[in-house]
Amino acid sequence: MNAKPRTLSLKQRGLNFEMLMWLFTRLSALAMYGFFIAGLVGAFWMGARHDMNFADVMRWAFTTSYTHVQSTNVPDLEPWAVWFWRLVASGMVLTAIAHGVHGLVVIADDYIISSGGRKFVRFLSMLAVASMSFIGLYILWTY
Amino acid sequence: MGISRNVSLATALRYKGQGPMLTFILHRIGGMGMAIFISMHLLASFFGGSVGNFINDIYMSWVFQIIIFFFVMFHAINGLRITILDLWPPLLEYQREAIWVEWAVFIPLYGFAVYSILSAAFGG
Repeated sequence: MNAKPRTLSLKQRGLNFEMLMWLFTRLSALAMYGFFIAGLVGAFWMGARHDMNFADVMRWAFTTSYTHVQSTNVPDLEPWAVWFWRLVASGMVLTAIAHGVHGLVVIADDYIISSGGRKFVRFLSMLAVASMSFIGLYILWTY
Repeated sequence: MGISRNVSLATALRYKGQGPMLTFILHRIGGMGMAIFISMHLLASFFGGSVGNFINDIYMSWVFQIIIFFFVMFHAINGLRITILDLWPPLLEYQREAIWVEWAVFIPLYGFAVYSILSAAFGG
Protein backbone atom coordinates (compact mmCIF):
# COMPACT_ATOMS: atom_id res chain seq x y z
CA MET A 1 0.00 0.00 0.00
CA ASN A 2 2.15 2.93 1.17
CA ALA A 3 5.91 2.67 1.32
CA LYS A 4 6.36 5.51 3.78
CA PRO A 5 6.80 4.14 7.33
CA ARG A 6 4.14 5.33 9.75
CA THR A 7 6.14 4.77 12.90
CA LEU A 8 8.87 6.98 14.29
CA SER A 9 12.19 5.57 15.39
CA LEU A 10 12.79 5.26 19.12
CA LYS A 11 15.26 8.17 18.99
CA GLN A 12 12.66 10.48 17.46
CA ARG A 13 10.02 9.44 19.96
CA GLY A 14 12.22 9.74 23.02
CA LEU A 15 12.26 7.26 25.86
CA ASN A 16 10.40 8.77 28.81
CA PHE A 17 8.31 7.41 31.67
CA GLU A 18 5.06 7.48 29.68
CA MET A 19 6.70 5.48 26.89
CA LEU A 20 8.02 2.94 29.39
CA MET A 21 4.56 2.59 30.95
CA TRP A 22 3.04 2.16 27.47
CA LEU A 23 5.45 -0.72 26.95
CA PHE A 24 4.81 -2.06 30.46
CA THR A 25 1.07 -2.19 29.78
CA ARG A 26 1.64 -4.46 26.75
CA LEU A 27 4.33 -6.63 28.34
CA SER A 28 2.37 -7.07 31.57
CA ALA A 29 -0.59 -8.21 29.46
CA LEU A 30 1.63 -10.93 28.01
CA ALA A 31 2.91 -11.79 31.50
CA MET A 32 -0.67 -12.19 32.75
CA TYR A 33 -1.35 -14.54 29.83
CA GLY A 34 1.66 -16.51 31.08
CA PHE A 35 0.26 -16.74 34.62
CA PHE A 36 -3.15 -17.65 33.20
CA ILE A 37 -1.75 -20.47 31.04
CA ALA A 38 0.27 -21.79 34.00
CA GLY A 39 -2.95 -21.93 36.05
CA LEU A 40 -4.83 -23.55 33.18
CA VAL A 41 -2.25 -26.30 32.66
CA GLY A 42 -2.02 -26.85 36.43
CA ALA A 43 -5.80 -27.15 36.77
CA PHE A 44 -5.96 -29.94 34.19
CA TRP A 45 -2.95 -31.57 35.84
CA MET A 46 -4.81 -31.61 39.16
CA GLY A 47 -8.01 -33.10 37.78
CA ALA A 48 -10.11 -30.18 36.56
CA ARG A 49 -11.39 -32.32 33.68
CA HIS A 50 -13.61 -34.28 36.05
CA ASP A 51 -14.35 -31.86 38.85
CA MET A 52 -14.75 -28.40 37.34
CA ASN A 53 -16.69 -26.68 34.59
CA PHE A 54 -15.29 -24.21 32.07
CA ALA A 55 -16.16 -21.11 34.13
CA ASP A 56 -14.59 -22.63 37.27
CA VAL A 57 -11.36 -23.34 35.40
CA MET A 58 -11.29 -19.78 34.03
CA ARG A 59 -11.84 -18.31 37.50
CA TRP A 60 -9.04 -20.45 38.95
CA ALA A 61 -6.59 -19.58 36.14
CA PHE A 62 -7.42 -15.88 36.46
CA THR A 63 -5.99 -15.91 40.01
CA THR A 64 -4.74 -19.26 41.29
CA SER A 65 -6.10 -18.93 44.82
CA TYR A 66 -7.61 -22.13 46.27
CA THR A 67 -10.61 -20.11 47.46
CA HIS A 68 -11.56 -19.92 43.78
CA VAL A 69 -12.13 -23.69 43.62
CA GLN A 70 -13.90 -24.08 46.98
CA SER A 71 -17.32 -24.11 45.30
CA THR A 72 -16.37 -26.85 42.80
CA ASN A 73 -16.40 -30.65 43.09
CA VAL A 74 -12.63 -30.82 43.63
CA PRO A 75 -12.26 -33.55 46.29
CA ASP A 76 -9.04 -32.33 47.95
CA LEU A 77 -8.12 -28.64 48.17
CA GLU A 78 -4.59 -29.37 49.42
CA PRO A 79 -2.76 -29.47 46.05
CA TRP A 80 -4.53 -26.23 45.05
CA ALA A 81 -3.25 -24.39 48.13
CA VAL A 82 0.49 -25.15 47.86
CA TRP A 83 3.06 -22.34 47.88
CA PHE A 84 3.64 -22.66 44.11
CA TRP A 85 0.08 -21.60 43.30
CA ARG A 86 0.24 -18.82 45.88
CA LEU A 87 3.40 -17.62 44.12
CA VAL A 88 1.70 -17.70 40.69
CA ALA A 89 -1.30 -15.87 42.16
CA SER A 90 0.98 -13.28 43.77
CA GLY A 91 2.62 -12.65 40.40
CA MET A 92 -0.80 -12.27 38.79
CA VAL A 93 -2.11 -9.94 41.51
CA LEU A 94 0.96 -7.67 41.55
CA THR A 95 1.09 -7.46 37.74
CA ALA A 96 -2.66 -6.86 37.52
CA ILE A 97 -2.61 -4.10 40.15
CA ALA A 98 0.26 -2.24 38.42
CA HIS A 99 -1.39 -2.70 34.99
CA GLY A 100 -4.84 -1.76 36.26
CA VAL A 101 -3.89 1.28 38.30
CA HIS A 102 -1.86 2.65 35.41
CA GLY A 103 -4.92 2.08 33.22
CA LEU A 104 -7.02 4.13 35.63
CA VAL A 105 -4.42 6.94 35.49
CA VAL A 106 -4.63 6.90 31.67
CA ILE A 107 -8.43 7.17 31.86
CA ALA A 108 -8.25 9.95 34.47
CA ASP A 109 -5.81 11.89 32.27
CA ASP A 110 -8.51 12.03 29.58
CA TYR A 111 -10.72 14.04 31.90
CA ILE A 112 -8.40 15.71 34.43
CA ILE A 113 -6.20 18.11 32.49
CA SER A 114 -4.81 20.50 35.08
CA SER A 115 -1.22 19.96 36.15
CA GLY A 116 -2.12 19.84 39.84
CA GLY A 117 -5.01 17.47 39.23
CA ARG A 118 -2.78 15.08 37.35
CA LYS A 119 -0.19 15.19 40.14
CA PHE A 120 -2.95 14.36 42.64
CA VAL A 121 -4.09 11.43 40.47
CA ARG A 122 -0.53 10.12 40.43
CA PHE A 123 -0.29 10.44 44.21
CA LEU A 124 -3.56 8.52 44.61
CA SER A 125 -2.36 5.86 42.17
CA MET A 126 0.82 5.22 44.16
CA LEU A 127 -1.26 4.92 47.31
CA ALA A 128 -3.59 2.47 45.54
CA VAL A 129 -0.74 0.30 44.23
CA ALA A 130 0.91 0.11 47.65
CA SER A 131 -2.25 -0.63 49.65
CA MET A 132 -3.84 -3.07 47.18
CA SER A 133 -0.54 -4.97 46.73
CA PHE A 134 -0.27 -5.38 50.50
CA ILE A 135 -3.89 -6.49 50.85
CA GLY A 136 -3.61 -8.90 47.89
CA LEU A 137 -0.45 -10.56 49.19
CA TYR A 138 -1.85 -10.71 52.75
CA ILE A 139 -4.96 -12.55 51.52
CA LEU A 140 -3.00 -14.97 49.35
CA TRP A 141 -0.46 -16.00 51.98
CA THR A 142 -2.46 -16.03 55.23
CA TYR A 143 -5.68 -17.78 54.21
CA MET B 1 0.31 20.78 29.69
CA GLY B 2 -3.38 20.31 29.17
CA ILE B 3 -5.63 19.69 26.24
CA SER B 4 -8.72 21.49 25.10
CA ARG B 5 -11.55 19.96 23.17
CA ASN B 6 -13.93 21.95 21.03
CA VAL B 7 -16.34 19.04 20.82
CA SER B 8 -19.65 19.06 22.66
CA LEU B 9 -20.93 15.94 24.39
CA ALA B 10 -23.76 15.65 21.84
CA THR B 11 -21.25 15.66 18.97
CA ALA B 12 -19.08 13.14 20.78
CA LEU B 13 -22.04 10.78 21.21
CA ARG B 14 -22.84 11.03 17.49
CA TYR B 15 -19.29 9.99 16.56
CA LYS B 16 -19.47 6.81 14.52
CA GLY B 17 -16.15 5.14 15.07
CA GLN B 18 -17.57 1.69 14.23
CA GLY B 19 -15.66 -1.50 15.17
CA PRO B 20 -12.46 0.00 16.57
CA MET B 21 -14.42 2.58 18.61
CA LEU B 22 -16.65 -0.15 20.03
CA THR B 23 -13.66 -2.24 21.14
CA PHE B 24 -12.02 0.88 22.62
CA ILE B 25 -15.06 1.77 24.70
CA LEU B 26 -15.70 -1.84 25.80
CA HIS B 27 -12.03 -2.18 26.75
CA ARG B 28 -12.32 0.96 28.87
CA ILE B 29 -15.61 -0.02 30.52
CA GLY B 30 -14.32 -3.54 31.18
CA GLY B 31 -11.06 -2.22 32.60
CA MET B 32 -12.81 0.18 34.97
CA GLY B 33 -15.31 -2.49 35.93
CA MET B 34 -12.54 -4.94 36.77
CA ALA B 35 -10.64 -2.30 38.76
CA ILE B 36 -13.74 -1.60 40.87
CA PHE B 37 -14.86 -5.23 41.31
CA ILE B 38 -11.41 -6.66 42.02
CA SER B 39 -10.63 -3.91 44.54
CA MET B 40 -13.96 -4.58 46.27
CA HIS B 41 -13.29 -8.33 46.15
CA LEU B 42 -9.84 -7.92 47.75
CA LEU B 43 -11.19 -5.53 50.41
CA ALA B 44 -14.14 -7.84 51.12
CA SER B 45 -11.82 -10.83 51.54
CA PHE B 46 -9.39 -8.81 53.65
CA PHE B 47 -11.93 -7.38 56.10
CA GLY B 48 -14.37 -10.30 55.98
CA GLY B 49 -17.24 -9.97 58.43
CA SER B 50 -20.87 -9.70 57.41
CA VAL B 51 -20.25 -6.90 54.89
CA GLY B 52 -17.36 -8.76 53.28
CA ASN B 53 -19.32 -12.00 53.07
CA PHE B 54 -22.29 -10.11 51.64
CA ILE B 55 -20.11 -8.63 48.88
CA ASN B 56 -18.49 -11.99 48.07
CA ASP B 57 -21.94 -13.64 47.99
CA ILE B 58 -22.98 -11.14 45.33
CA TYR B 59 -19.82 -12.06 43.40
CA MET B 60 -20.84 -15.73 43.42
CA SER B 61 -24.30 -15.11 41.93
CA TRP B 62 -24.71 -16.19 38.31
CA VAL B 63 -25.84 -12.71 37.13
CA PHE B 64 -22.68 -11.15 38.48
CA GLN B 65 -20.49 -13.93 37.06
CA ILE B 66 -21.92 -13.37 33.60
CA ILE B 67 -21.14 -9.63 33.79
CA ILE B 68 -17.63 -9.98 35.22
CA PHE B 69 -16.77 -12.76 32.74
CA PHE B 70 -17.74 -10.42 29.91
CA PHE B 71 -15.48 -7.67 31.29
CA VAL B 72 -12.52 -9.95 31.95
CA MET B 73 -12.66 -12.07 28.79
CA PHE B 74 -13.29 -9.15 26.46
CA HIS B 75 -10.53 -7.10 28.10
CA ALA B 76 -8.11 -10.04 27.88
CA ILE B 77 -8.83 -10.93 24.26
CA ASN B 78 -8.98 -7.32 23.07
CA GLY B 79 -5.80 -6.63 25.04
CA LEU B 80 -4.04 -9.47 23.27
CA ARG B 81 -5.03 -7.97 19.90
CA ILE B 82 -3.73 -4.53 20.99
CA THR B 83 -0.49 -6.06 22.27
CA ILE B 84 0.17 -8.07 19.11
CA LEU B 85 -0.61 -5.17 16.78
CA ASP B 86 1.36 -2.64 18.83
CA LEU B 87 4.44 -4.79 19.21
CA TRP B 88 4.41 -5.61 15.45
CA PRO B 89 3.31 -2.27 13.93
CA PRO B 90 3.20 -3.50 10.29
CA LEU B 91 0.14 -5.52 11.33
CA LEU B 92 -1.75 -2.30 12.18
CA GLU B 93 -2.65 -2.21 8.49
CA TYR B 94 -5.02 -5.10 9.22
CA GLN B 95 -6.63 -3.67 12.36
CA ARG B 96 -10.23 -4.15 11.16
CA GLU B 97 -9.59 -7.74 10.11
CA ALA B 98 -7.95 -8.35 13.49
CA ILE B 99 -11.09 -7.07 15.21
CA TRP B 100 -13.22 -9.56 13.27
CA VAL B 101 -10.87 -12.37 14.31
CA GLU B 102 -11.15 -11.10 17.88
CA TRP B 103 -14.96 -11.37 17.85
CA ALA B 104 -14.71 -14.81 16.27
CA VAL B 105 -12.57 -15.89 19.23
CA PHE B 106 -14.50 -14.02 21.92
CA ILE B 107 -18.09 -14.99 21.05
CA PRO B 108 -17.69 -18.81 21.21
CA LEU B 109 -15.45 -18.65 24.31
CA TYR B 110 -17.76 -16.27 26.16
CA GLY B 111 -20.82 -18.18 25.01
CA PHE B 112 -19.33 -21.35 26.44
CA ALA B 113 -18.54 -19.60 29.71
CA VAL B 114 -22.11 -18.27 30.00
CA TYR B 115 -23.45 -21.75 29.22
CA SER B 116 -21.37 -23.36 31.98
CA ILE B 117 -22.24 -20.62 34.51
CA LEU B 118 -25.96 -21.05 33.79
CA SER B 119 -25.90 -24.83 33.80
CA ALA B 120 -24.05 -24.80 37.12
CA ALA B 121 -26.55 -22.32 38.56
CA PHE B 122 -29.67 -24.16 37.38
CA GLY B 123 -28.34 -27.72 37.62
CA GLY B 124 -28.76 -28.36 33.89
